[in-house]
Amino acid sequence: MESLSNKRKVLEVKPLNFLERAYLPAIMGGLATTMKHFFKKPVTISYPEEKREFSENFRGMHSLKRDENGKERCTACGLCALSCPAEAITMTAAERKPGEENLYREEKYAAVYEINMLRCIFCGLCEEACPKEAIYLDGDIVPTDYLRKDFIYGKDKLVEAPLNQ
Amino acid sequence: MKVTIDGIPVEVEPGTTILNAARQIGGDIVPPAMCYYSKLEGSGGKCRTCLVKVSKGSEKDPRPMPKLVASCRTTVMDGMEVQNITSPEVVEARKGVVEMLLLNHPLDCPVCDQAGECHLQDLGFEHGAAKTRYEFDRRTFEKIDIGDKIQLHMTRCILCYRCVFTADQITNTRLHGILNRGDHSEISTYITKAVDNDFSGNIIDVCPVGALTDKTFRFKNRVWFTKPVDAHRDCDKCCGKVTLWYKGEDVIRVTGRKDVYGEVEEFICNTCRFDKKKTADWVIEGPRKISHKSVISSNHYEFTPLPVVKTNPVLMEANKEQFERDTRL
Repeated sequence: MESLSNKRKVLEVKPLNFLERAYLPAIMGGLATTMKHFFKKPVTISYPEEKREFSENFRGMHSLKRDENGKERCTACGLCALSCPAEAITMTAAERKPGEENLYREEKYAAVYEINMLRCIFCGLCEEACPKEAIYLDGDIVPTDYLRKDFIYGKDKLVEAPLNQ
Repeated sequence: MKVTIDGIPVEVEPGTTILNAARQIGGDIVPPAMCYYSKLEGSGGKCRTCLVKVSKGSEKDPRPMPKLVASCRTTVMDGMEVQNITSPEVVEARKGVVEMLLLNHPLDCPVCDQAGECHLQDLGFEHGAAKTRYEFDRRTFEKIDIGDKIQLHMTRCILCYRCVFTADQITNTRLHGILNRGDHSEISTYITKAVDNDFSGNIIDVCPVGALTDKTFRFKNRVWFTKPVDAHRDCDKCCGKVTLWYKGEDVIRVTGRKDVYGEVEEFICNTCRFDKKKTADWVIEGPRKISHKSVISSNHYEFTPLPVVKTNPVLMEANKEQFERDTRL
């Protein structure tokens, strides 16, 4: 059958010469390449102990921010959950009671705020949608775990540590 | 009578306002209205968002009107020519009106329960500028409870008077109104006296902003996470035709059915609105059609929602067993 392109290359099979037949020079050459790499800087790192520096716009685990007085910024407006293409975020709002003014910035706050880290695709749209500058994806890589339920991160893992602790 | 609005001719009855003539045509050319409410007599003329340019007064007197007119209060003349969105003057004026309405309006949309179905939000988005030139403090008021079911946030009020007209017409007794004048005007009841009437809940529906909100829905959920479903019931006080707002299996809010202009089709009573919050109380008609432009329709899909999955004890037992087997490792 004629090929479509009409291009063909005829391969010649030459018989091996003496050096090639001996195999030893080729083996020495291969070993030399291997030995050379012993003295080079390794290209890999040993990950959990050693960490590569992230780029400036790396998006890792979410954190819910506090303002300069240590109050939670999130007001449970739901825009992050609305913008989330993976539908990873859920929240329940609650009304701030008198006496809790030092905990929450607005009269409404998120009583429950959960992100399913298995669903999250780290696109950063929640960060972009937030009108209160409350959520940032500035954390580390989300740690591994064994159970699905442990990947649903609540406020205990997401909210930043209070200021004076 | 024949009028032309933005180049589209329409035949209307004598005595129709320009706004209603435009609504007969429908579409983009309908001027927005914050205070006019077709179901409330005497409403309109307060907010000035519906300003239009009359470029030809009538067939007999073809001179244009000297100033922009409020279309909700101006009746049509035969042969009148009106410009709404085709006139740059109107667009510019409307932008100014929106800025004016937003002078004292707090930007607490993330907290406000009306966000997502707020007319001022839509108006600001469509016509307003992103920044304000106002440099002074906004007026602030304390929250007032009007009865145990309605909350008044006077800071958010734009003084459209719709709730006052509702109290006048729908309810038998007038229990609240506007106190003081000018910048100090405020909607109030007589020393936080409860508005106590079977139809008082309608002032929540007529409010174009989040000034009057349902206390039973306060901070329960955002409007766009809930699913509107049309339903009716036999009610001896009202028509019983409502929209139920579902979150999962629960009815978290009941409102009247709102049309494309955000006006309720029929007023509903307080029993339907506040007390009947079980699916068993209602006959479900089907999902409510929401404009695809509205945030309420986001993440909602165009089909009859599947029934909520009932808890299956066998499945739960099996899941539990599986879970225990997994956690043992």
